[in-house]
Amino acid sequence: MPEETDLEELRRGTELVKRGFAQMQKGGVIMDVVDAEQAKIAEEAGAVAVMALEAVPADIRKRGGVSRMADPETVKEIIDAVSIPVMGKARIGHYTEAQILESIGVDMIDESEVLTPADNDYHIDKREFTSPFVCGARNLPEALRRINEGAAMIRTKGEAGTGDVNQAVTHQRTIKHQIRTLTGLNFDEREKWAREHEAPAELVHETAEMGRLPVVNFAAGGIATPADAALMMYHECDGIFVGSGIFGAEDPEQMGEAIVEAVNNWDDPDTLADIASGIGKGMKGEANVGMADEDKLQGRGV
Amino acid sequence: MTTLRAGVVAVQGDVSEHADAVERAAAAHGVDAEIVEIRSDGLVPDCDVLLMPGGESTTISRLLEREGIDDEIRAHVEAGKPVLATCAGLIVASRDAKDDRVTTLDLLDVTVDRNAFGRQVDSFEAPLDVSGLDSPFPAVFIRAPLIDEVGEGVEVLAEWDGNPVAVRDGPVVGTSFHPELTPDSRIHDLAFFDELAVEADA
Repeated sequence: MPEETDLEELRRGTELVKRGFAQMQKGGVIMDVVDAEQAKIAEEAGAVAVMALEAVPADIRKRGGVSRMADPETVKEIIDAVSIPVMGKARIGHYTEAQILESIGVDMIDESEVLTPADNDYHIDKREFTSPFVCGARNLPEALRRINEGAAMIRTKGEAGTGDVNQAVTHQRTIKHQIRTLTGLNFDEREKWAREHEAPAELVHETAEMGRLPVVNFAAGGIATPADAALMMYHECDGIFVGSGIFGAEDPEQMGEAIVEAVNNWDDPDTLADIASGIGKGMKGEANVGMADEDKLQGRGV
Repeated sequence: MTTLRAGVVAVQGDVSEHADAVERAAAAHGVDAEIVEIRSDGLVPDCDVLLMPGGESTTISRLLEREGIDDEIRAHVEAGKPVLATCAGLIVASRDAKDDRVTTLDLLDVTVDRNAFGRQVDSFEAPLDVSGLDSPFPAVFIRAPLIDEVGEGVEVLAEWDGNPVAVRDGPVVGTSFHPELTPDSRIHDLAFFDELAVEADA
């Protein structure tokens, strides 16, 4: 770059820069897309970013088999098609998929349980990357383990591809409850809590002192309607990921736009009623209740 | 002025960071800041100063229009009341973002290049010389815009690689970077608490 700039003082990929990127997504809706056409629709609907993957979670469920990172060519087409940030999903523990996504210019990497895990025991050491990462969590210790590995953003796992918001609510409530519990404990008790919950002690203290996660905390996994999105904002999420809920809906454009507006108006039921009216049917979905454990994606990568 | 009503445009972006930053800056001047989160119309007219956060400019501009906040922000500036706009806020505040996906408010007589610094891997932090500050400011650039054309009467406060990254146009200060992400309040002082801003507010 510049002649006069002191490059030695310029630092990329710092914690501040990575977490800062996630902070800019707050109050926004990040939409799953599988190609450039869908990405343009998402941008037009007001998405703050799009998430590139080879198939939306509901289709991954139906199809079965191994689910991997999207085709890099398709991801590049998505990057060229939109001006908003593009995120990409890599398999849990799959360093190389993450490196490929970083190399093609993806703005954030989702190390995601929606894809088939590549490693049974280890997540990616995310501190090694310049790109920020987002990871799923069902509870506070899980979230803190991911942050300890370098995640710059946490999302609830929920139960992706079901269109049932139940598990996202459960995970968010669990995280908030555990934070409230921690704030009432003294130093010794937090240390014990950290040991018992296999959570990094330093982050346990930091979370207790802040009264919230030290990184941005989004909702994901089963959000299918404007009311679902507003509900997750009521539960103090910083923003929303919508997977199959947009392009599984009867009218993706209208559904996308309505969910974006619902997040801004989450505490105003009159406006929500207006936003949620006449936007076509939501995705059909599959209730979590009674789903066999082996069919659930949320148990992957704890 | 003992209480400052600080409106933070809160339709999307790093709203709480801006609220915390203006509270810190005000406290250092012995002023209480009352934060007003602006997600709908009717709130801007009662604010003394406005903050336009970073976030996604396409999303922010369409929600400002839908909620009818855009005209209220224009009226706030026409009344000579101060605004600090950072990153996406700067894009929305500009005269022209040269992209029909963003509707700009024309509060600042500059044109901007969105994401001119590249993708997130190119985002960085670096010390930045800002006119009026006696030591460099810790600037955080995140998928940042560059300012290219600067109108007459616009004061360039800082440059990066020969391009303006901080400007003042009357009551409006705009930055490509994010002063709200660091505890350093000097950009807020420039925007809201130095003589010029106080005069504009009077």
